Amino acid sequence: MKVEQISIFIENKSGRLAEITRVLGDAGINIRALSLADTSDFGILRLIVNDCAKANPVLKEAGFTVSKTEVVAVEVPDHPGGLSAILQALDREAINVEYMYAFVERCGGNAVIIFRFDETDKAIATLKAQNFSILDGSRLYNL
Amino acid sequence: MFFNEEFETLPRPALEALQLKRLQSTLERVYANVPFYKATFDAAGIKPSIVTRLEDLQKLPFTTKQDMRDSYPYGLFAAPMEEIVRIHASSGTTGKPTVVGYTQNDISTWSELMARSFVAAGAHKGDIIHNAYGYGLFTGGLGAHYGAERLGASVIPISGGNTKRQIMIMQDFGSTVLTCTPSYSLFMAEEAQAEGVDFKKLKLRVGIFGAEPWSEAMRGEIEEKLNLSAIDIYGLSEIMGPGVAIECIEAKRGLHIWEDHFIPEIINPETGERLPEGERGELVITTITKQGIPLIRYRTRDITSLTYEPCICGRTHARITRMSGRSDDMLIIRGVNVFPSQIEAILVGIEGIEPHYMLIVDRVGTLDTLTVQVEVSEQLFSDEIKVLQALSRRVEKEIKDMLGVTCTAKLVEPKTIQRSEGKAKRVIDNRKL
Repeated sequence: MKVEQISIFIENKSGRLAEITRVLGDAGINIRALSLADTSDFGILRLIVNDCAKANPVLKEAGFTVSKTEVVAVEVPDHPGGLSAILQALDREAINVEYMYAFVERCGGNAVIIFRFDETDKAIATLKAQNFSILDGSRLYNL
Repeated sequence: MFFNEEFETLPRPALEALQLKRLQSTLERVYANVPFYKATFDAAGIKPSIVTRLEDLQKLPFTTKQDMRDSYPYGLFAAPMEEIVRIHASSGTTGKPTVVGYTQNDISTWSELMARSFVAAGAHKGDIIHNAYGYGLFTGGLGAHYGAERLGASVIPISGGNTKRQIMIMQDFGSTVLTCTPSYSLFMAEEAQAEGVDFKKLKLRVGIFGAEPWSEAMRGEIEEKLNLSAIDIYGLSEIMGPGVAIECIEAKRGLHIWEDHFIPEIINPETGERLPEGERGELVITTITKQGIPLIRYRTRDITSLTYEPCICGRTHARITRMSGRSDDMLIIRGVNVFPSQIEAILVGIEGIEPHYMLIVDRVGTLDTLTVQVEVSEQLFSDEIKVLQALSRRVEKEIKDMLGVTCTAKLVEPKTIQRSEGKAKRVIDNRKL
C-alpha cells in the first residue's frame, strides 16, 4: 500500500538538478513523479522512480545525500470536491499531511496525489475504510 | 594635554628603573602566591631573583590563554577572593571563558589608565562621553565608564544596541565623545542617515574605537561620515581591558602603551625569540602593577610592532602600531572574539552534525556577518523542510548562546567542504580590513 519515494538534498547552486537527472538518465532510471520543495538556501527533490533500489546507490555514488521515505498514492476522482473529500476524511481522524504533490495518470485519466502523512498506517486505514483508491507501489512504478 | 603628566612623560631612564622595580616585586608576588607560576618557574630552574635588569625578562617562560583556561576560573589569581572586587571574563576556546579578577587597587589603576587614554584622545573634563561599549562581563563598557568618571567627564552608560535610541540620545544629550567598536560607529552613521539625522550637526568631536581590528581606510571613512576625530584604542581583558594602549590625537601614529604598568615585547610567534624594535611580531605583555591576576609575558596573539621613538605629544611611553592580525586563528566578529575551535566544539555537540564546517566572515554594509556552512550528512538529512530548518536554527541558537555572536547556518551538500589534511582551511574572511 505504501510507495517508496527518494528524497535528495540539493544545495542552492546552479546545475544540481541537471546533475541529478543526468545521473538517473545515464543509469536508465525513469522518473514517474516529482516535486521540488525549496527554501532560500536549499531544496529537497522528491522523486518516485521506476527502480528505487537502483536509484538510491547510483545517486549516493554521485555524492548526493539521499533518503527513502514511505508515501501514499491516492487516486482522486476527477470531479469537483474529489480532493476535498479525501482531506476531510483525514481531518476527521486528525491526521496531518506533511506535504503532497499531484500528477495525472497516463491511462486512467484520474489524478494521483502523493501524500506524506505524520501517521502513515492510520491514514491508509482511514482512506481504505472510506473506499478511496490507494495505488500500490508496483502499479505506480510501472505506469 | 595629560592626565598624569609626571608619569606619562617620565624620562626613559626613570621609567625603566620604575619598570624594573615593579617587575621584581610582581615576580616575587606571583612566585609566592600563584602555584602555577611557582611550578613553571621551578620547572625552568628560575627564581624571581634572576631578574636584575629589564632584559632578564626574556629568561622567563610565557603565559598563554591555554594556561588561563587550565586555571579556570580563579587559579591564576594572586590575591585572595576577599580582596577581589570585580570579575570580568572573555570568551575562551572551548566555551569556558577566560576569567580575570580586579582588586580595588586594580580598578583604580584601570580607571586612571583609561582616563589617561581619554585625555590622549583629546577628551577632557566637561565632555559628555557616550559609552556604547557593551556593559557586562565584557570589559569594554565598565572599563571606559570608570575612566570617564575618573576624568571627571559626564558619562552616558548607554551600552550597545538600540541604534535609534543611541542617535536620539546623542542628539538630545549633546554627546561630544563616542566610544564603541569602529564597525558599530559606521552602522550608527548609516542609521542616522536613514533617520535623516546629520552627524555634522551633532556635537561629537572625538570617537575612541577598539575591540576589533580596523584600518587607516576605515578611519578615513569614519571621520568623514561621523565628522569626528577617530582614535584607536587597544586592550584585552587578560591584561586589564580597554586602555592598555591608545593613540594620541597629536600624532595618531601608533598607540602609546602605558609602560609604567605594562612591559611590552615583540616576539617571533614561531620561535618565541624577542624581535628588535620596529619588527613585526606577536605582542607579549607583562603586567607590573596588577594585583588580582598579574600575568608574566602573556602572549596576546596580536601582531604588531613596537617603537621607542619620541612622539610629538611628549609622552615617553613606547608605541605599538595598529594591530595587523593574529598569530592564531581567532576571529573578531562585531567585537566578539571567536575561535573556529569553539564553533567546532558546538557543532560536534549537536547530534548528527559532522565536524566538517566552513566559516565565512564578511562585512555587509558596515556590520560583520558570520555564515557557518555545515554539511548535511545522511544521518541528519530529513525529507522534511521544517526538520532541516529547525536544525539550522539550532546551530544558530547554540552558537549565539555559547559565543554571543549571531550567525547564519547554511546547510550544504556532503563532501563539498575541504577535508582536514593536517590543517584544514576553516575560515574564509572576505572583510577588507
